[in-house]
Amino acid sequence: MTQTEISNLLEKVKIEEFQSIAGLTAEDCITLYYYMRLTRSFEMRLASLYRQGKVVGGVYLGTGNEATSVGATYALKPEDILAPMHRDTGAHFTKGADLASMALQLLGRANGPTGGKDNGSHHGDKSINTLGMISHLGTMIPVAAGAALASKIKKTKQVAMHFIGDGTSSIGDFHEGINFAAVLNLPVVYVIENNQYAYSTPNSKQFRSSWLAKRAVGYGIPGIVIDGTDVFEVYRVTKWAVDRAREGKGPTLIESQTMRMRGHSEHDAADYVPEEVKQKWEKKDPVDELVERLQSWGVLTDGLKKQIDNQINDEVDAAFDTALEASAPEGSTAAEGVFAG
Amino acid sequence: MAETTYIKAISDGLREEMQQDDSVFLLGEDIGNYGGAFKVTKGFLDEFGEDRVIDTPLAESGILGVSIGAALQGMRPVAEMQFSDFVATGFNQLVNNAAKIHYRWGAEVPMVVRMPSGGGVHGGPFHSQNTEAWFFHVPGLKLVAPSTPYDAKGLIRAAIRDSNPVLYFEHKYLYRREKGDVPDGDYTVEIGKGRIARAGRHLSVLTYGSMVPASLEAAEKVSNSDGIDVEVVDLRSLMPLDMDLIYDSVKKTNKALIVHEDLKTGGIGAELSARITEEVFEWLDGPIRRIASIDTPVPFAPSLEEYFMPNPEKIAQGIRDLWSY
Repeated sequence: MTQTEISNLLEKVKIEEFQSIAGLTAEDCITLYYYMRLTRSFEMRLASLYRQGKVVGGVYLGTGNEATSVGATYALKPEDILAPMHRDTGAHFTKGADLASMALQLLGRANGPTGGKDNGSHHGDKSINTLGMISHLGTMIPVAAGAALASKIKKTKQVAMHFIGDGTSSIGDFHEGINFAAVLNLPVVYVIENNQYAYSTPNSKQFRSSWLAKRAVGYGIPGIVIDGTDVFEVYRVTKWAVDRAREGKGPTLIESQTMRMRGHSEHDAADYVPEEVKQKWEKKDPVDELVERLQSWGVLTDGLKKQIDNQINDEVDAAFDTALEASAPEGSTAAEGVFAG
Repeated sequence: MAETTYIKAISDGLREEMQQDDSVFLLGEDIGNYGGAFKVTKGFLDEFGEDRVIDTPLAESGILGVSIGAALQGMRPVAEMQFSDFVATGFNQLVNNAAKIHYRWGAEVPMVVRMPSGGGVHGGPFHSQNTEAWFFHVPGLKLVAPSTPYDAKGLIRAAIRDSNPVLYFEHKYLYRREKGDVPDGDYTVEIGKGRIARAGRHLSVLTYGSMVPASLEAAEKVSNSDGIDVEVVDLRSLMPLDMDLIYDSVKKTNKALIVHEDLKTGGIGAELSARITEEVFEWLDGPIRRIASIDTPVPFAPSLEEYFMPNPEKIAQGIRDLWSY
C-alpha cells in the first residue's frame, strides 16, 4: 500500500477525538499498523510455505519484534541508511522494500536481489539505502559506522541505523564499532533488539549487566531502554536519537526489550523457553496491543481494519505467487559476479 | 622523471589520488598527526584535514568494517594496517564481508587495504609476516604486491580506482632500499598484469615483492659465475594472476623456479606450480621447484631470520640446482 492509498482510506473514516501520540498523526498510526500487520502476515505466510517444504534453508521470523523494526525505521528519512538484521522484515518494508522482491529473495529465485546467491534477508538495496547483512553477527556494527562516516565526510546529513541482537552484544565488533562511532561522533543509531534469546542462549548466559544500554556509559554516548513492543515508545525514542544524530550530536544506543515469539529458525520449537515466559510475552503482542489502542482511540474502526487486512492479504498473496512461479537461477550463474567491473 | 624511493612512490600515489578525487580518504592507527608508523602519510593531515586523514582507535575490525560502510556509500577509503600481521584481528570483515558483497547483492566495495608486510627487518613473529596467502584463497579480493617504485605508485593508484576491495602488499624491506625512476604525472599499472623484470632464455624465476630484487641479484650472480641466462618474472598482481605471461615464460625457458618470501606450504607458489603442471606440462624439462621461507613463525634474532628466509645466495643455489637437473 502506498502512503496515498493509506491517506485515501483515512478520509473515509471520521476521527473525532484523536489528536496525536509521540508527534504522530492518525495517518501515521494507521501506517504503522499497516506495516506491522503486513510484516506479521508476510512472515506467517513464509512460515506456512516452509512447513509445506517450499522454502529451502532457514526461516528467521521477527514475530514479537514488529513494533521495534517498524517503529524505529519509521523515524528515518528515505535517504537515511539502514543496516537491518535477519528478523527485521518490518524494517525492510518500512524503508520501502518491494514485497515481491523480498519473496523472490527468500525463495532463492533468479530474479531476486541476490539471484539466489545468498539466503534470508541478507540482501541490500541501494535504491532504498539498505545494506545487506552477513551471518556473522556484529560485523555490520562498524559497517553502519562507516556509512555514517561517509555521510559526515560528504555532509549529506544522512543518518545510519543498525539493529543489533542481544547475543551480538558479546562479540568484539560490538565494542569496536560502537566505540569507533562514539570517538568519531558519527550520525548513527544502534538499536539492540533484546529479544531475550540468542538461538537457545538466554540473556542470563550472555551478559551479566541488567541492561545492555548501560554499556553506552562506557562509550560516552546516551543509552536508553525502551519497551520494544510499544511502537509509539519505539518511534518516540528512536526519532529523538535520529534527530540528534542528524544534528551532529553523535550516536545513541537504544535497547529495545522484546521477545522472540518463535524459535531461532522455524525448525526450532524453542522448548527451552519456560512456559511462564512465553505466556508473559504473549500478553504483550505488539500488533494486538496497537490494534487495541487504535481502536480505543477510534482511529482504527472495524471496517477500516478489515479493509487494510484484506488488502495486505492480497499483497502478500501476490508477492508469494510471483515468487513461487519465478525460475530458479541457472546453475552456471554461480560462477558470475565475484568481482565488480 | 625523478629517482624516487619505494616508500615515497606510495606516498606520492596516495597524495595525488586524494588531490584528484574527493571521495578518497585515509584511515588507520597513527596515520594522521604522527604520519604513520613508517611515515607514508606524513604531512597528509595538514594537507587534507581531519575528515580525510583519520586517526582511528586501535581496532582493525573496526577500521575495515568502517571502510566497507564508507565504500558502500560511494567513498574510496584507503585503510592502513599498521603491520599486515595485524589484519588477523580484522580478518572476518575482509573475507566474509568485503569479499562477498558484490557476489551476494551486487554492490561495489571500492576500498584499499595497505598491508606493510614482510621480514628482513628483525621485527619478530608479529611484525614480519607475509599474509597474502591468507587472502589468496578468498574469491572477491584483489591482491597486488609491487617490487619497484614505478609499480608501487602505479598500483596504488590503480587499486584506489578499482571497484573491488584491493589488498596492497607493500614490503617494508623495500621502503627505503628500493629506488627507481618514477615519471611525473598520472599513470596506473593495470591490476592483473605481471612484467618481465629480466629477460632470459634458460630458466624462469617466478616471483614478487621483496624477492624480485633478490632474484635479480641472484640472476646476475649465476650469469657471471655459470653463464645461466635467467628470466625473472615479477608477478606484481597476485589476484588475479597474469597466467599468460607466466606460461609464455615457462614455454620459452622450459624450467620454472618459484621464489617467494612467504612460507612454502600453501603459499602462492603452490598454486602457480599446480597451474603450470596442468596447463604447460609438456614444455617442462625439469621439476617445478620452490624457494620460500621455512614453515615456522618468523623468528626474531637476525641469525635465525637469515636461516628462515630466502636470500640472493639461496636463490642462486636454487637456480644452479634446477639448471643442472
